Amino acid sequence: MTAGVDGGIGTLVRRELQLVWAERSGGAIALIFFVIVASLFPFAVGPEPQVLARIAAGIVWVSALLACLLSLERLFQPDAEDGTLEQLVVSGQSLEAVAIAKMITHWLTTALPLVLLTPVTAAMLGAPFEVWGTLLLGLLLGTPALSSIGAVAAALTVGVRRGGVLISLLVLPLAVPTLIFGVGVADPLAGGSALKWLGVTTLLALAVGPFAAAAGLRVAME
Amino acid sequence: MFAAFATGLYYALVASPIDYLQRDTVRIMYVHVPAAWMALGSYTTIAIASLVSIVWRHPLADVCAKAAAPIGAVFTAVCLVTGSLWGKPTWGTWWQWDARMTSVLVLLFIYLGYMALWSAFDDRQRAARAAAILALVGAINLPIIKFSVDWWNTLHQPASVFRSGGPTIHPDMLTPLLIMALAYMLFFVTTLLMRMRAELASQRLEIAAERRAMALEGVQ
Amino acid sequence: MNEFLAMGGYAAFIWASYAAAALGLAALGVSSWRAMRSLERQADAARAERRAERGRA
Repeated sequence: MTAGVDGGIGTLVRRELQLVWAERSGGAIALIFFVIVASLFPFAVGPEPQVLARIAAGIVWVSALLACLLSLERLFQPDAEDGTLEQLVVSGQSLEAVAIAKMITHWLTTALPLVLLTPVTAAMLGAPFEVWGTLLLGLLLGTPALSSIGAVAAALTVGVRRGGVLISLLVLPLAVPTLIFGVGVADPLAGGSALKWLGVTTLLALAVGPFAAAAGLRVAME
Repeated sequence: MFAAFATGLYYALVASPIDYLQRDTVRIMYVHVPAAWMALGSYTTIAIASLVSIVWRHPLADVCAKAAAPIGAVFTAVCLVTGSLWGKPTWGTWWQWDARMTSVLVLLFIYLGYMALWSAFDDRQRAARAAAILALVGAINLPIIKFSVDWWNTLHQPASVFRSGGPTIHPDMLTPLLIMALAYMLFFVTTLLMRMRAELASQRLEIAAERRAMALEGVQ
Repeated sequence: MNEFLAMGGYAAFIWASYAAAALGLAALGVSSWRAMRSLERQADAARAERRAERGRA
């Protein structure tokens, strides 16, 4: 077994990805959900192109945020249930490493596909083409924060009945800054400022997240 | 505490002047602003208690945090309701997405999530630990949330938003405001102590019930 | 007095605000007080019961 944090996380991530690949239908669900939610808005606000184009960035972001929530409930649950978590700890992995691995996996399997599908939803909503690039950039930079916050919420609620709803309740207020700055990046006027603050927010989330999630897992395993 | 409320209300409703622009509706400020202060103050209490709980593991810290949450949530709700009632005659709409009200709204959601986490576990210990972590994560997040909401607000409302009494508050208005703030603070402390006692009593009951159950098993 | 109650025409808003604040705080205070009394009474009763049992044993 490789020693050291990087080797540890790398192995963990590889294992996670294998597991997720075995269940890839679940990841596809998040993608479908993303597109469906985004397409609900035209039904809700009317198909007028000017209206949709004006709020397109916001719609994409909200849809992405909600879709990211879907896979969180099962982020730690299976491993906690079948004892894998304890085995990992006994074999010398730090819970922080486990948390980081789960965050990376969530981002690669849930968030990144969403982000790559953004041009589709952006086109669907008639977002001006100049905005596509900044929207994509904002999502790329902001979704890691969502994965981090989501992992903390998932770790705190491992084993709770109907944990999914609680996770959403916990994540959404904490995700407000990421949402605000993420959409802001696509704004022609304030994009630069938004990008800077989005970076700060994501860095903070990535710095605090693993420790908070590990603490939550520790509590869950007591 | 009641004396503070009495004096405060007298000042707020009778003795304070009417605002030049807003006339009598500025009186709503005297119940709205202290509520906002206490909403934040309650969360600060929870954050400090959670820190104490994690670092020193003092059992009373958990009790304090759990007891303070509903109080903070009520302050937040009162702030939002009175703010809405203040906004209608002032700005014409029942709800205005200005920076402060929006931040308070997010704070309400954080309170509700915190309380939901406490009630999600049967195991009291686990609930306390998890809630403490959440409270601290929220505390770290709050300045960023406030900043992002301010940023968002200036982005979408370049015109300056009305601030109560302008940048400086008239001294005649300051006195009732501070008295009401004191009254709210005393209310917080009083209610917090009541809720803590109730929580401790509840814990004693739980232990007693456990002992009884174990004793019965022992007999069998 | 009527002028006081009318509050320059904004009576509904001002009194509603004060009522909302009063109601919210009062409800919270009363419910907290009642919970404290009820639970402490129960806890004391349970302790008395245990002492009695221990006395008998």
